[in-house]
Amino acid sequence: MFIDTLLIGLSSGAIYSLMALALVLVWRSTRVINFAQSGQAVLSTYIGYEITVRTHNYWISLPIAIIAGALLGSFIDLLFIRVLTKRVKSGPIAEIAPVIATLGLLGLIQSLIGLVWGDAFLQYPSPLSAKGFTFGSHTIPFSPQNAMIVLSSAAILAIFGIIFKYTNLGLALRAASFQPEIAQLAGVRVARVRNIGWAFAGSAGAVAGAVITPTSTLSPNSLDLLFVSGFIAAVIGGLDSLVGAVVGGVVLGVGFSFILQYIGSSVTFLMGFIILMIVLLVRPRGIFGSKAGRHA
Amino acid sequence: MRSRRFSPLVHGALLALIGAVLLFLSGFVDELRTYQGAQVAVYVIAISSIVLLTGYSGQISLGHGAIMAIGGYAAALSFVKWNFPFEIAILFGVIVGTISGFILGVAAARLSGPYLAGTTLALAVGLPTLADQFKILGGEQGLNFDIGDPPSWIAKIEGSSFTQYKWFFWITMILALFTLWAITNLLHSSFGRNWRASRNNPVAAGLAGINVARGKVFAFTVSSSLASLAGALFGLLLGLVTPSAFPLSLSFAIVTGAVLAGVGNIAGSVLGAVVLVALPELSGSLATHLGNSQKVSANLPGLAMSLLLIIVVLFLPNGLGSAQLVKKLRSKLKTT
Amino acid sequence: MSEGLIVSNLSVDFGAVNAVHELSFHIRPGELVALIGANGAGKSTLIRTLSGLITPSQGMASWNGVSLIGQRPEELARQGILHISEGRAVIPELTVSENLALGGIWRRDKKDVEIAREQTLTIFPVLASRLGQRADSLSGGERQMLAIGRALISRPKLLFLDEPSLGLAPLIIEEIFKTIDALRTQFGLTVLLVEQNAMSALRIADRGLILNLGVLVATGTPDELIADPQLRAAYLGI
Repeated sequence: MFIDTLLIGLSSGAIYSLMALALVLVWRSTRVINFAQSGQAVLSTYIGYEITVRTHNYWISLPIAIIAGALLGSFIDLLFIRVLTKRVKSGPIAEIAPVIATLGLLGLIQSLIGLVWGDAFLQYPSPLSAKGFTFGSHTIPFSPQNAMIVLSSAAILAIFGIIFKYTNLGLALRAASFQPEIAQLAGVRVARVRNIGWAFAGSAGAVAGAVITPTSTLSPNSLDLLFVSGFIAAVIGGLDSLVGAVVGGVVLGVGFSFILQYIGSSVTFLMGFIILMIVLLVRPRGIFGSKAGRHA
Repeated sequence: MRSRRFSPLVHGALLALIGAVLLFLSGFVDELRTYQGAQVAVYVIAISSIVLLTGYSGQISLGHGAIMAIGGYAAALSFVKWNFPFEIAILFGVIVGTISGFILGVAAARLSGPYLAGTTLALAVGLPTLADQFKILGGEQGLNFDIGDPPSWIAKIEGSSFTQYKWFFWITMILALFTLWAITNLLHSSFGRNWRASRNNPVAAGLAGINVARGKVFAFTVSSSLASLAGALFGLLLGLVTPSAFPLSLSFAIVTGAVLAGVGNIAGSVLGAVVLVALPELSGSLATHLGNSQKVSANLPGLAMSLLLIIVVLFLPNGLGSAQLVKKLRSKLKTT
Repeated sequence: MSEGLIVSNLSVDFGAVNAVHELSFHIRPGELVALIGANGAGKSTLIRTLSGLITPSQGMASWNGVSLIGQRPEELARQGILHISEGRAVIPELTVSENLALGGIWRRDKKDVEIAREQTLTIFPVLASRLGQRADSLSGGERQMLAIGRALISRPKLLFLDEPSLGLAPLIIEEIFKTIDALRTQFGLTVLLVEQNAMSALRIADRGLILNLGVLVATGTPDELIADPQLRAAYLGI
């Protein structure tokens, strides 16, 4: 029982980590919380859905969804975020403007999806079984699809981790997010690098959508709660920290799973709120957050 | 910040006059418009709670829908379980909401920016689930909050055409006008000045002797009082309170309304509230015009609202009713 | 005569405030010029305009005939015009090695980047001993060396140094200025050195520019400037 709950927790934790990672990527490069993340991710998933349905091939749709997610992220940065940060620099609205603007963008994306695909719940077909692995007579609630979720999350995290730590691009990304002006003066093309950050975030969200949607249904709002969990995970981990995103996701996933198992389903989000409050009251910057990272 | 144009007394008299006019006019419109008028009044109160919290005190809340729920549920609970008369029930809702706001405010004062946004977001998603957990809150069915027909003394004065919706409009509109008056006074007082100073430069404010944290908690508390009042009235209009009456999108809607209003602008709350009620209706009829497809009618209101929001945030950061916009329009008219 | 840094009629306004007013001067290649003035004189604003962070309201600035105005800071940096900003020229969260690497990641000639890095570590041995440490664990003087070291890896031609002595102990300041002078000679750099610490700067400078409230009030060789009793009293603190 314990193992089962833990496995479920790790599986959902992996997804929260992905969403959290996407949010942290954008936060660190632009100092914006991208509330449109779930919209971007779900749009990429719809695109993947179209490909899967037309080609009957799940494995082709994955890279296409990823590319779509990356392009979408880059696009939004170019068209939307640059305008936003240029125009709104001061006044009472400066802090909440990015929040409102990305919320507006979320609504826009979801309405557009509804206009094109409708609001009906769709099924994203996947060749992987959703039935748990069986060991002898015992079936654990961890299916091949769950394994896919954990593996792809781990892969994305590993890839990004390597890029950030060991490549010039990663160095430029980190420099531009820590001290954009100094990076500029050192020759880093900060705007271009930020755009890449948004593309990465978009692709992470797309992966999250593409691997988790087969386990439930696809609709314009299907990733919204995932976003909220991802956000909570990112905040718990410390908004500035990639490692924190992963840790926060796992903590939240396992926490939710145990709450679900031993207390009941209706209070999971309320417990999420309580977990969040406890973490933030003890460490207002999140577990791995840095002092500078608290403020916009 | 503009110094106030009218003294509190004059301001109050003006609002009372507007109220009397509106009451008079309400006799000439149909039931739907009367109900919508009541909705606008409730949104005015809800939006002004955000204007105070965010525009003046600089704190973001994406969870004020949950606070509205607290007010609504407390009012309904006392109405149904303990048979409070509805006026007392509403007052009870406000009291419970205020206390909750105080507790939340103490926590919130320690958080900033996205951390506060995230926490209030989690609250907005998490709180309505309490209804399922505690049987007394009625689960998905919710609690009844049907205040029934207008009392007989009104019917005697106004005549038999005084419907329930008109009664709703009277209650909500009077409370909304009172709220506008009270809040305007508060914002022009030293509290308001302290909030703005703390928001603009907390360090300088602290050095000037302002207790920034206390101000933040106070702002959150007052804001919650308003939100819980709006929530109780919301339930009154619906005749019941359910978890689905206070979804996440409600929290987003009132923040949207505040942004449309111009976040620092109390008078703009009215404009924001009108847009919140009118836009879905307008886009609904536009959708019917465009062919009545399910896809279009379900999504056009959201599309219109999102577009409006994006345009306002990017290009009219001071809201639709802002002085900027008026100046721009004036200069455009002059050159033609 | 298009050689070097030519600034002509440069003005910078922030809304209604005029920070720099119709500034004109010429720095020849290889010169080290000290820019002196009190706080708020407009020195930093001028440097930030020349390095592309601020857009001027009018006027021109060019280096060897190429206009500086309208180019992004990162493009200017890639053309060899490096601005080492006041007080925060290193990225505290990155290691010493990573900070240095930043100076070369965009350069094509990776072999030369290696050579430049070796040279830097020879000039500043303290950096070599701290390569794996985070930059925020360095002292003020070490951070300044790191910033200059990173700039060297970018193979600069024109260097803007904004108050390198800020917050440093007198002995360290002496060392830094000696190093700047030596580097200028070794690499044939042109340097515009912004300093409140007027005397230290003038000691290594070929010429000085004195700025007050955004206006150029005097230029000349250090000897000329020191010889003037009014200037001495008002700006040089002696």
